[in-house]
This record gives sequence, C-alpha cells and structure tokens, in this order.
Amino acid sequence: MHLRHILRALGRHRIAAGLLVLEIAFSCAVVCNALFLIGTRLERMQRPSGVDETHLVEVGVRSVTPGTPEAVMAQTRTDLARLRALPGVSDAVVASPIPFGDSVSFSGVSLSDDAKAPSMPVAQYFGGVQLARTLGLKLASGRWFTPDEFVSYDALQGGASGVPVIISRALAQHLFPGQDAAGRTIYAFGANRVVGVVDRLVQPRDYGAAGDYRYAMMFPVDLPYSRGTYLMRVDDPARRQAVIGQALQALKADGPLRLISPRYATTLEAARAKYYVNDRAMAWLLVGVSLLLLLVTALGIVGLSSFWVGQRRRQIGIRRAIGASRRDIRTYFQAENFLIATGGIVLGMALAYGINLVLMRHYELGRLPGYYLPLGAIVLWTLGQLAVLGPALRAAAVPPVVATRST
Amino acid sequence: MFTYYLDLALRSLKRNKVLTALMVLAIAVGIGASMTTLTIVHLLSGDPLPGRSSVLFFPQLDPESPVSQGHTQPYPMMDYRSAVDLWSAHRADRQAIITSSSAKVRLPDSGQPPLMLGLLSTSADFFPMFDVPFQYGSGWSADDDAHRARVAVISAGLNQKLFGGADSVGRILRVRDTDVRIVGVLKPWRPTPLFYDPWSQNFSKTEDVFAPFTSSLEINQGNFQPYTCWHVPKDPRDMVHADCVWVWLWVELGSPAKVRDYARFLDHYADTQKAAGRFAVGSERVRLRDLMTWLTARGQVPDDVRLQAWLALAFLVICLFNAVGLLLAKFLRRSGEIGVRRALGASRGAIFAQCLVEAGVIGLLGGFFGWVLTLLGLWLVRHQPVDYAHLARLDTTMFLATFALAVCTSLLAGFIPALRASRVVPGWQLKAL
Repeated sequence: MHLRHILRALGRHRIAAGLLVLEIAFSCAVVCNALFLIGTRLERMQRPSGVDETHLVEVGVRSVTPGTPEAVMAQTRTDLARLRALPGVSDAVVASPIPFGDSVSFSGVSLSDDAKAPSMPVAQYFGGVQLARTLGLKLASGRWFTPDEFVSYDALQGGASGVPVIISRALAQHLFPGQDAAGRTIYAFGANRVVGVVDRLVQPRDYGAAGDYRYAMMFPVDLPYSRGTYLMRVDDPARRQAVIGQALQALKADGPLRLISPRYATTLEAARAKYYVNDRAMAWLLVGVSLLLLLVTALGIVGLSSFWVGQRRRQIGIRRAIGASRRDIRTYFQAENFLIATGGIVLGMALAYGINLVLMRHYELGRLPGYYLPLGAIVLWTLGQLAVLGPALRAAAVPPVVATRST
Repeated sequence: MFTYYLDLALRSLKRNKVLTALMVLAIAVGIGASMTTLTIVHLLSGDPLPGRSSVLFFPQLDPESPVSQGHTQPYPMMDYRSAVDLWSAHRADRQAIITSSSAKVRLPDSGQPPLMLGLLSTSADFFPMFDVPFQYGSGWSADDDAHRARVAVISAGLNQKLFGGADSVGRILRVRDTDVRIVGVLKPWRPTPLFYDPWSQNFSKTEDVFAPFTSSLEINQGNFQPYTCWHVPKDPRDMVHADCVWVWLWVELGSPAKVRDYARFLDHYADTQKAAGRFAVGSERVRLRDLMTWLTARGQVPDDVRLQAWLALAFLVICLFNAVGLLLAKFLRRSGEIGVRRALGASRGAIFAQCLVEAGVIGLLGGFFGWVLTLLGLWLVRHQPVDYAHLARLDTTMFLATFALAVCTSLLAGFIPALRASRVVPGWQLKAL
C-alpha cells in the first residue's frame, strides 16, 4: 500500500513516534513478564498434593492437663472410635504434620548407616493405621503398612529399629534412579525398609528448593491426639461443615479439659486456599497492574493519534478533495498505528527477554517461554488498533471542503 | 512573571479538559502505584531500634556435626551448650540468651480456661538492651537469672486481658504448673520487624510472657521445640542435651574495638570446639552481624514486595512516556500562539519556562490525585492477608515524597516538549494564521 508514505510522514514526527514506540515496547515487556509471573503463580497454586482434598476435614485438639502417655493414648483411641462412628465419616486418623498445616518436619535421609554418609532432609508424615486410606493416596508399587507395623511415637524417636517407610515416587526416583524403590532400605530413623511407593505425596509446606516439594515419606506411627491433628474422610463433600460441627461436639462430650475450638477445625480445601492466599493476591495484583498499564498505553495512543489527526486536518481535506475515500484515510491511520506498534513490539520482545534474565537472577523463576512473546504481540497490536479506531474514524469524517479553508 | 505563567498554564489546561484529564490521570495512576509499593518497601526495611541498632549484634556459629548435604550457612540458632557457654562468658557489654516457645498460662483459681501463649525465655539484659518500655514494674535482675527466680514480665495486651489494664505487679500467674510472680508489665511494644526472634514471622507480635531462661528450663521443661536437629534426640523432651539448635544470643558491643574482640572470641570458641571434635566446622562458619545487616541477610523485605516495587517503577516509566507524548501534543497544538508570543518579543527561554510551569501544574494535580490513589492502595494493602498489613500507612516522609516524585516526573516529562515548543519558528506559524 502506501507504507513508504507513512514512514516518511512518521519521519517528520520522530520524537512523538519514538515516544509511542518506547511506550509500547515497555508495556509489551512488562505485560509479557507479568503474564508469565501470573502463569507461574497459577501453576503453583494448582499443584496437586496427592491427597484427596475434597473429602478431608481436620480438627486439632490441644491438651491442657498433661496425663500419662497411656491415658492420652487411650483417650485418642476413644476419640477415634467416636469420630469414625459419625454419620458420613469413613475413616479417621491422627496425623502429623498435615498438608497445608502450620508445621513441617524433616529427617535426614541417607543410603547408608554410616553417620558420615551424605544425607538430605526429607519432609515426613506420621500417622496411624488408617492414614493412607484417609488421605486417599494412590500406591504406585509395593504395599501399604500392615496393622502390626505401627509403633508409638516415643518408640520411633527412641530408636526402634526396622520401622518401615512409604515414600513418594519423586523421592524414590531421586534416591534409586531407574529402579523399583520398594524393598530397598533408607536410613532416617535407623534403617527403614521402603515397603511402598505412592504416586504423589508432597511437603506439607514449601521448604527448600521448588524441586524438593515432591519429596516426602510416611512412617507408621500411632500418635496421641496431643502430637497431631484429627483427619477425617467425609464421603459426601457437601457434609464437611456438618461433620466438623458433629466432631467438635463428639470430642467435647467426654475426656479431660481440652482446647477444642472451631478455630482449629477446617476443611482441607479451606486450608489449601489459606495457604495460597498470598499467591492469589499477587496474581490479582499483577492482573490489575497489567490492565492499568494497557489502559495507560491506550490513552497515550489515543492522545497522540488525536493530535496527529488535528494537525493533519488540512492534508486530509486535500487528500479527500483529490479522490481519497474515507476508507483510505481510516486505513492510513490504522496502518500508521500498526507500524508503530510493530516497532514497539520488536523492541519490547528484546526488553521482555532482558527483564526476564534479571528476574531469573534474583528470583526463583524460569526462562520466559517463547509463546508469551506472540501472545504479548497480539495483545498490543489489538490494543493499538482499538485505541486508534476513534481518531481514525474522526479523521475519515473530515470533509474535503477543509482543503479550501486556511486553517 | 511566574504568576503570569501560572495563569497561562491554568487557562491552557482548562482549554482542553480531556487531554488535561488524561495527563493528570496518567501521572496520578503511575504515582499512586509506585508510592504504594515504595511505602511498603520503606516501611519493611525500617530500623526497629533507631540509634541502638548499630551496637546490637547477632552472633552465629555452626554446631552441626557432621554437616548435612546442602548446609552451607550457619543456622540462626545454636545448641544449648554453645549458647550458654557464650552467654556465661560475659564478653560483651550486655548479652541476652533467648528462646521462644508456647506455654499454657492462666490465673490460678480464676476458673477461666487456660490460654496458649507465646513464652519468651531470656535473661535480664534483654529489657535494657532492646529499650523495652515498661508500664509498671521493671525487668528482673541478673540475680534472678542466677537463682532461677519464679518471676515473669507480661505484655500490655495480656495485662489488659487478665487484669483489665490495672497494675498487676506482684500478682501470680500460673505458667504450665508453676506459679510465677509478675514483676513487670510492658507498655504496648511492637518492634517492626520483630528483629530479635529469628524464628518468628517478620511482622508478628511479641510474646505475651517473658521469663528468665534459667527458670523456664525448669518450668517449661519438655516443651521447647527445636529449630532443627542433626541427630534424632534420644529424649525429644530434653533439648538441653540434644543435638539440636533452639537457643540464640544477642549481644551489645559499644565500640568497634569491642566488636573486633568479640569476633575474635567467637572464632576462638568455634576453633576450640572443632579441635575438641564437637564441631565439624570452626571459625569459617562464624558470623557476627549488626542488627540491620542481619535483617537484610535474613530477607526482611519479602521477594513479592520487591517485585511489586519494580513493577510499580516500570509502571511509572510508562506513565512518564505517556505524559511526554501528551505534553508534546498539547504544546505543539499551540504552535500558532507560541509563534505570536515569539514575534511579540518573548525569548525562547521564556517559552520554555512557561511550558515547564504548565508541566509542573499538571504534576501537582497528578501528585494530589496520586496521593489519593496511594491512600487507596495502602488501604487495600491493609486488607490483604499479609503479616505486614497493619504497617501500611503513609508517614510524612512518604507524603512529601509523593509530591516530589509527581513534580519531578512531570518536569522531566515536560522537558523535551518544552524544548521542542521553544524551537517553534515564529515566521511559519504567523504565515499559517
């Protein structure tokens, strides 16, 4: 078309055109990176925990008057029987820690019993007989714990030997690459035989490098309620709140003075939402900032295009008078905007890449995937065309008679 | 002359209200976004103890043996033996040994249910060292530390809750199963960030009960949680003999010479322990950082907040480009008028000054609306579920900074357009009229 003319005309407005190019470039760079950050946050928030979250509720009970360990354990068994008897509850267990809970605990794991052998910290879960069933975990290989394998917490800490362990598949692949981990031995609490590998089990909270999130292990431990949290599996997710209420009542019904409060009782879904609340806030903030940025950029385009239209009224009139159609005038401004946007986008891509490199150095962030660049380009081209539409239509409406007037 | 330019500027702004509004809006939004995030960064990187932070030091060493994989920095805490060795050596002007835990607390014979509260176990120097303000009574003495006295200091909040804010010095509190006498009640005290506790969230509240470390060991025995252990404790209730870190130290060192001496003392201690086979690493893992350096090393400003600040600055830059473009359009549209003024004798400098005044006025307007947006932004932050939410308020410095930033931004934005406007050739414009 008449690209050559457009370029020559832009050459007469170098400063203004340059500013628009820079503004678009900056927007493009920031928006590309913001979209990428939003993507990583969403991805993080959607990481599965491997646990059947929709069916789980948790109720924490704090002990007040210390009883003998035997008495606390007996109380725990009574509580569990009551909780399992609640309508709609299929399993209940005391576990520690719980997914998305406040605490996380680690043990050093090595592949030899030499105290000098290199060890890596691995997140651990302790829980009673129904742990795996309550959590709804899926076995990848090996078997579950058998009821006779469960030991007391003090026995485990006190060096009970031969306690079996179930580990997550990611951990199994890390420790025994290319082999079946079931049947092998790891050293955490003395020697622990790996009896099973679960498909997925993650740290209760993020800790350490992002890649470590999928490393976790479970030990068969009968915990007293004072050392853990009651987890219950509810058949019908709609009844979770009702079950929490009934569980609190059932626990209050007997036993010694204890802290039993709705504050420590929640669904696992709510716990997950609470855990990721910062990520969600950050994602929304990035969405808001990106939209504002695009708005400001659009305002800039509208402003400058209007100025150019006003400045060129006479030329437009002349062009109209010598035969250009309204469509010609409109497409002229649209093509001009397309050229400027393209310039901005090309520059913006380089800038986006540069910003990403800086972010990668300072934050735990990956490389900007290639598809964000065309995505950003399409967004800014569309934005430019939308913003210029008003001024371009106004330009097209300039009557040819303007050519005969002096200003 | 200035008032005349101001008058011209206001007239010109009124003439094209849409363009003016666009410019003010662009600057206001940019200012609002950047000032909101900069205020947060400013507040978060603040000094919790201005004037004293330079003499307070946080000693660290690494008792882990053998050293586990990937462990390259000393933990922010020590094992019991190292901490007590360093504390009882009394090599600093003041030294506080600290650990925090939770404990059940209640008023004996009150019938009220017990409360689960934070218990800070420390030593007498804690209170003078950190300038802790007292409402009633005072802290305990070094003698109380030595004699494991059953005494405690409570927070203003707990005093309000239990005693309705009355002077409760001398009253008895039951911490777990032991009765302790209240010797002091604090004024509301919330150092931000909560610098002395490496375990805490940066912006959480202080503990509610403070008791001598030596007494707490007995009162709260078995209830101390380790930060981490490198060997499974034989008895998880016995932290004193466990290979775990859970105690830490703050020291006051009044002069650079004392700092050097203390650093040498720490190095020597670590090396001696290494030679004795108790530590795997010696002085190479010893750290002695002053308060602000320690806070920075600890990552006081959350990553997300820093990211937001950069984002806001990028935003401001884009608003700046935008303002430059719009000002250019605005000034050049008046080329005819400028031509007339030049023909009538106005110098280039005068035109330039006039344009800058106009840009400055836009900046002030943008600053005002930017201030409103900043207040709105901070209000939003206060309603976010973040632990620093309560801090998000605009202080005088940041209030003034808002306007300074706005005017600077708009003057910067006005520079090129004003220069361009002052270069308008009067002859051409007059011919076109």
